[in-house]
This record gives sequence, C-alpha cells and structure tokens, in this order.
Amino acid sequence: MRAFPALLALALAVALTFLTVPIVAIFVDSSPAELIDSLGEPGALDALWLSLRATAMALALILIVGTPAAYLLATRSFRAKPVVVTLVELPLVLPPAVAGIALLAAVGPSGILGGAVAAAGIELSLQTAGVVVALTFVASPFYVRQAMAAFAAVDRTLLDASRTLGASEARGFVRVMVPAALPGLTAGTALALGRALGEFGATLMFAGSFQGITQTVPLAIYAKLGTDFETALALSAVLVAISAAILLSVKLVHGREALGGAPG
Amino acid sequence: MLRVEAETRLGVLALDVALEVSRGECLALAGPSGAGKTSVLRVAAGLLRPERGRVDAGADTWLDTARGIDVPPEQRRCGYVFQEYALFPHLTAWQNVAYPLRGMPRRERRARSLGLLERFGMRELADARPQTLSGGERQRVALARVLARDPGVLLLDEPLSALDPRTRAGAARELAAVLREVEAPALFVTHDFAEAAQLGNRVGVIDAGRVIQEGTPSELAATPQSAFVADFTGAVVLTGMARSGADGLTSVKLDGGGEVTSTDHGEGPVAVSVYPWEIAIEPVTAALAPGSTQNHLSAEVLSVTRVGNRVRLGLAGPQTLAAEITGVAADELGLRAGARVTASWKASATRLVAI
Repeated sequence: MRAFPALLALALAVALTFLTVPIVAIFVDSSPAELIDSLGEPGALDALWLSLRATAMALALILIVGTPAAYLLATRSFRAKPVVVTLVELPLVLPPAVAGIALLAAVGPSGILGGAVAAAGIELSLQTAGVVVALTFVASPFYVRQAMAAFAAVDRTLLDASRTLGASEARGFVRVMVPAALPGLTAGTALALGRALGEFGATLMFAGSFQGITQTVPLAIYAKLGTDFETALALSAVLVAISAAILLSVKLVHGREALGGAPG
Repeated sequence: MLRVEAETRLGVLALDVALEVSRGECLALAGPSGAGKTSVLRVAAGLLRPERGRVDAGADTWLDTARGIDVPPEQRRCGYVFQEYALFPHLTAWQNVAYPLRGMPRRERRARSLGLLERFGMRELADARPQTLSGGERQRVALARVLARDPGVLLLDEPLSALDPRTRAGAARELAAVLREVEAPALFVTHDFAEAAQLGNRVGVIDAGRVIQEGTPSELAATPQSAFVADFTGAVVLTGMARSGADGLTSVKLDGGGEVTSTDHGEGPVAVSVYPWEIAIEPVTAALAPGSTQNHLSAEVLSVTRVGNRVRLGLAGPQTLAAEITGVAADELGLRAGARVTASWKASATRLVAI
C-alpha cells in the first residue's frame, strides 16, 4: 500500500473511532435491561414527556409561522431582503447562553416586553410555555432556512400555471408549492426537531430546570449526572436513538427526492 | 377576439406590440429568443404587468393601465400551455387535468378529467406521474388540463420545442387539430418559422420587442419587408449596392464580387433575398445557354444535405448561399463538397430590401 492512501485511511479510522466510541459507550456502560429500568424513575419519565410536549408545540409554531414566512422570502425580492434573511438566520450562530439572556431581556419578567406579556395573561418564566418559547427561538432558523431553499428550488412556472388554471396564489401555495417543496420542508422539520430536542442553555437560563414543568431531557441528564448516572445514561440513550432516527429519515427523504424529483 | 397592446421596458428589451386574434384564428408569433415573444403571452395571461397596455378578450377587458384595470391571472379565462408544460410533479396525470375543475364532487372531477385524457388517447396513463411520461405525452396532458379550464383564449409558449424531432411532427398535427376544434382565439409563440407557418393562420414576426411584419406565411415568405424577415423565413440573404439599370431593372453589385439583377427597385446598400428552391444548379463546365434566367454566380459546394426527397446545398460564392434541388438532380450532377457549380435564378425571384 502506498503511503498517502494509508495516511487517508488512518485519518478516517481515527475520526470514526473518536466520533463513535462515546456513543457506543452509552449503550455498553450499562446493560439494556438496566437502561430500561432507569427510565422508570419518575424524574426521567417527566422529562421525556415534557420534552415531547414542548418540542411538539414549538414545532407546530415553527411550521405554522415559518412556512409562509419562508415562502415569502423565497418568492419575493425586496430591498431589505438580505438584511431580513440575515436576521432570521442569526439565532443559528448565537451561543445558547446568549439566546437565554436575550429572551430574558425581551420577554422575561423585567424584560422590555415583559409587562405586555404579563398583561396578556401569559406566564413564561419558570413555566412550560417558557420552554416552548426558548425551543422555538433556537430551532426555527433551522427550519426557515431549509424551507426557503426548498421553496426557491421549486420551478416558479408551476405557480404561474396554477394561477392561469384559476387558482389564487393562496390556493397555489397550499396545493402546489407546499407539496412540491415537501421533501425540503420535511428535512427542515427534522433539523428543527433535532435542535429543539437537544436544546439546553437557552431553556435553562430562560425557563429554569423544574421537574415536570421546565426540566427537558437534556436538563434532566445534567441534573442526574451527579446523583444518578444510570438514569442520565438511559435518557441519553433515548436521545441518541431519536437523533439517529431523524438523521436516517432525512437521508431517506433526500434519497427519494434525488430519485423522483429530477426532471427527465 | 383577443387584443393585446403592451408597451414596457424589460431589462434591455423595449417591448412595444399591438396584435389582435379573432375567434377561431391562430396567430403565430415568431422570432428569435429574447425578442419578447413570451412576454407578450405573460401580459395576456396577467403574469406580467406592462407599464402601458390593454388586453381585451371578447367583451371583457382584462387589463387597461389607463383605467387602472388589472384582472388577476386566476380570473382571466386563459389556457396557457407553458414551454416545458409545467405539469405538477406531485399529482398524477388525471389530477393535473382536474386541477382547474372546482366546485364539484371528486367523482365528477375524475370522470371529466378521464374524458379529456381519453380525447388525447391518454386514458391508460391517467394514474401516471408526469416524470414517467414522454415529452409528447406530457404535451397531451398539458393540453387536456388547459381545455379543462374551458379557456376563452389559448396561449401556447413553444409547445413543440421540448419534444425530440421524431415526436414533433405528430405532436404538431395533434396541436393543429386542437386549434381547429377550439373556437377560442389562439396566440402561439415559436422561434421556428416552419412551425409558425404550419400552425398559424397568420404569422407575426417579432424582433427586439416589436412585430416587424404580419401576414399569412406565404405572404411573409414571398414579400419580406426586411432582411430580418427574409432571413427568418429561410431565404438566402446577400448584401450589395443597388443602382437602376436598363429596362427598369435594378442591378446590384454584390459585396465580395458578382452582380445580380432584380425586378424590384432599389438604390444604395440593399439586402438581396432569394429562396433556396428558386436557385438552379448547373455544372460550371456547361456553356450558359441563353434563357430567361438572368442571375448567375459561380460557387463552390460546401455541403450536401439530404432533406427528405430534396437536397440542400451549402454554397460558397462571393457570399455564402444555399440552394435546394431534388435528390435526383443532385445525383445526376454528382455533387459533392468541393465541386464547382453555377447558381442561377431569375431576376423576378430576387427581392430587394434597403438596409
């Protein structure tokens, strides 16, 4: 074997080992039976249930608002568009701790909009609603970015065709643009889902870590770390499984898109 | 009746057109790409709003910038066939056709769509997705979908250009049948004069945003009013300097040498146009017998291309020209690239346009 190919193979082996050993360790450190037992802990179940609910609500908000917003950004051009797109994407690169502080400063009890939020009868801080806000803030750019790209990739004459066939733009959006962009929208949803499930810093700072109310799975893992390593491992195993499932489904959807979406 | 008037700037193109198509008529708008053909269709359909313009369809006014009228595309009863057909990829053939059908139960929508597909011989492929259909099949689905809208006006954007040459002839025949059958005025856009002549009752030649000549295909071919139209309709175009000669004929000194005579009048720089099928070919060795043919140019054969039962010759004389003769004649003359021949045609087949 030549030296250079051998070097390449070695680099890949090192990277692969480094990236997979920790994940494998989660599953081999304790037996599967022990992991499943640990999930029975009340704190663990509460955290799983809360993560599920908060993520579902955040995703619903992201889809309902993000889809039309992404469509607008993808199909219209206006002068402030680059600025708007940059602002929408900003939370992508924002450190989670900064996101938490920013949310506190905006809609926290003493934030600039805190009074208005309280007056509307909405309680965010130390409440599940606060978790939803944090997850939405952090995860929505992942969806909007992907959705924008998906809409932009759809042939605009499809929308023109829909209109000349008697459908309003709103109807064309629902009947043509969303179905045609669906693979991309699905990928964006999966990315946002993954980001929301793993959210830690912003949730901790903005909503706190109260079992059953604001303690999502990542927060519970951190809380159990010192006292109940077994449960922390079990919860981590669940997140690994979900993450793997998300990645796999995105790859499947993209594979189908490549097969069926090509004009031919 | 469809009337479209539009005046607008589109990037570097200044579009300024006014045309009218009567009921049951098909006007072909022919011109090179970038001439503004598609923009005219988009104005008619309401997908492009001109700075100044007016669109009337029958008794309805769809656009009148002077009066602030601009009916949205979905309310104009236009059947628009897009260049690549724009079939919805996530819907089957019958669902595509059913798209404009609304306000009726699903069963009836399906029945009507199948009926339209049947008419195009596409009943069996009703459940196929557009991606799995051939170009010709897609065109049929697109036509069926447009007819489902019961259009008051038909707009067709290069409907044959997405097809390979073998399916194009059949698809053109089908399209011609649909155009004959549909009462609605049709506006059809193409970059190919032969296609325009085949499908249009009238042809408008458009260049750089303006309709420069309009008429029946044979009128355009016989009396082109500009070098562009002559060239576009397939004529050989030569350039030279014209001056009045004997007997009221015009004599033209060609750029690059040689002289031809025309029955048209002209003075100064002109474009000389003659159709390839008017040009006779003789071997250069033959003595030129006195006859009615006035124009003779000696030329070298560049290419010999068979087109059906005819042969198209590319010739290098003082300028390049093309001649079309029968295959039999070409065989008898033993023509091949490099042969020297004399190209002859009558002064009365020679059109002059000032340039």
